[in-house]
Amino acid sequence: MMKIEDIGFSYREKPVLEKVDLEVKKGEIIGILGPNGCGKTTLLKLLNRNLHPNVGKVLMDGTDLEEISKRRIARHIAVVPQSNEIRFAFSVRDIVMMGRMPFLDRFQGESLEDARIVDEAMEKTNIKEFSDRLINTMSGGERQRVIIARAIAQRPEIILLDEPTLHLDINHQFEVLELVNRLSDEEKLTVIIVSHDLPMVVKYCDRIVLIHDHRVFAIGTPEEVLTKENMRIVFNIDALLEYDDTLKTNCVKIIGSCTNRDRTPVPKVE
Amino acid sequence: MENVAKRRRRTITVFAALFIILIIFMVLDLAQAFIPLSFEEAFWALLGTGSETNIIIVWKMNLPRVVMACLIGAGLAISGGVMQALFRNPMASPYILGLSSGASLGAAIGLTFTLSWIPSLLLIPLLAFVTCMATLFLVYSIAHVGGRVPTETLLLAGIAVGSFLSALVSLLTYLAGDQMQGIIYWTMGNLTNANWNNIMIVAPLITAGCLIMLSSSRDLNAMMLGDAHAMDLGVEVKKIRLQLLVASALVTAAAVAYVGVIGFVGLVVPHILRIMIGPNNRALLPATLLGGAAFLMMCDYISRVIAPSLGILPIGIMTALIGAPYFIYLLRRRRSEMGWD
Repeated sequence: MMKIEDIGFSYREKPVLEKVDLEVKKGEIIGILGPNGCGKTTLLKLLNRNLHPNVGKVLMDGTDLEEISKRRIARHIAVVPQSNEIRFAFSVRDIVMMGRMPFLDRFQGESLEDARIVDEAMEKTNIKEFSDRLINTMSGGERQRVIIARAIAQRPEIILLDEPTLHLDINHQFEVLELVNRLSDEEKLTVIIVSHDLPMVVKYCDRIVLIHDHRVFAIGTPEEVLTKENMRIVFNIDALLEYDDTLKTNCVKIIGSCTNRDRTPVPKVE
Repeated sequence: MENVAKRRRRTITVFAALFIILIIFMVLDLAQAFIPLSFEEAFWALLGTGSETNIIIVWKMNLPRVVMACLIGAGLAISGGVMQALFRNPMASPYILGLSSGASLGAAIGLTFTLSWIPSLLLIPLLAFVTCMATLFLVYSIAHVGGRVPTETLLLAGIAVGSFLSALVSLLTYLAGDQMQGIIYWTMGNLTNANWNNIMIVAPLITAGCLIMLSSSRDLNAMMLGDAHAMDLGVEVKKIRLQLLVASALVTAAAVAYVGVIGFVGLVVPHILRIMIGPNNRALLPATLLGGAAFLMMCDYISRVIAPSLGILPIGIMTALIGAPYFIYLLRRRRSEMGWD
């Protein structure tokens, strides 16, 4: 459904991404993983044409994104961006209704159908009760859910999430990812998540794209990609992905930084 | 705390109130004369019956003034509202971006020098448009860095260019000697030159500008959340922003060329209305049209009656004298609801 063909992007002569190839299948949850500054967010922006690749193509259902209007792209691809500080006193409903923008003409009013879609999106994200609240009075986690509801109201086939758990409390982190996971199951939604949160990505993603030095370093299931060796090279950490018998699930165990490994542990004071 | 149901009711009240204020001051302004007409006389004169003098007062003197005040007030207010949303900045207005100064320079040149082959009636607005547009593109290209136009740079460039152009206007005023009185009077803003010929030029320009702005209200909502949000929702941000800037320049130039510099409408009216009915431009922009017209209409009436011994005061003085204190009152009382902090 979405195909990335050998794209490269550079900013002021400096390469940010090189030779990225990726094919995204319908209903998949893909995690794009890598250290800060490796080009993850840039890749996400290339996927909905907020940035234009210098070489290569991004194809959606076989059509080059460069040949489609932003408006049409927004009918298929929704984005939940990283920072979502909003200082204007829009109501929650106003914000979710913005998800219908790509379908409405300039002077066209919102129809009952749009209102129904918006209600449904707010129900799914559990924000129906906030509907009349003002967005600038809400907490980070609540705001994140509002933006996800907006994305759902776009009725997209693909949702792109940029560090969805970055500013959230740990309980909200799981809440957001559970929600995304459920949507992917129920509606066959394709989800692409950019993150550097290893445990989160392992728990929810079907496939992982590991980015290192502006290139795709490895692609595959979490087990295939997050080997001890790969994590050492890319993140410079001593970590292990293994099946935990007591928890009955795959777990990432982070032992420490590779650079500090030789240091003798500080003796405990009794 | 503010909630949406309350806001919805208030929106309806605000629209109704603005409409009533507009009508009241329109009627008062229409009937105003050295010896004011009664409302009945004014009404019949408007329909073309009654004494010759009454018809002349209403049709030749007062009605053009009323129409011009509505057009300019609505145009300046919506431009201010659009710019504040566009730059997500409470300070933004055609004035801050240097557009007013740009248009002033052109108009001041037109007032100072006469070219025999163009009648000054056309020369002044023409020059105002040219310099206003030139200022816009100058400011825009100064602020344009590596394919992006950051808001901060744009505002700073606007302030710097605006100051430079204002200094040029002052220089011209100083050098103008004989015509100095005219330029000064015009920099205070006044509606005395309103006539049907001017309106024939101003009306289509301001209407076109306003339509462009109204048609982008939904895009503007998304852009208030940030350019990235807007792009994700399918808005061609760069294109829409340029369109809106050109529309603002059009309206500002038309206003400045024919009635001089009228401050405060573009800054204050959208602010007050945003506090009252919220930031959604689908409701806010139409409200600014109505609010700007009503505010300028009211200021015009007051400027005509407040000091009969001094004649008609320049309207630019009235807008600031009335607008600023009310704005400061709101700022103190309802800072939190402004949505800027």
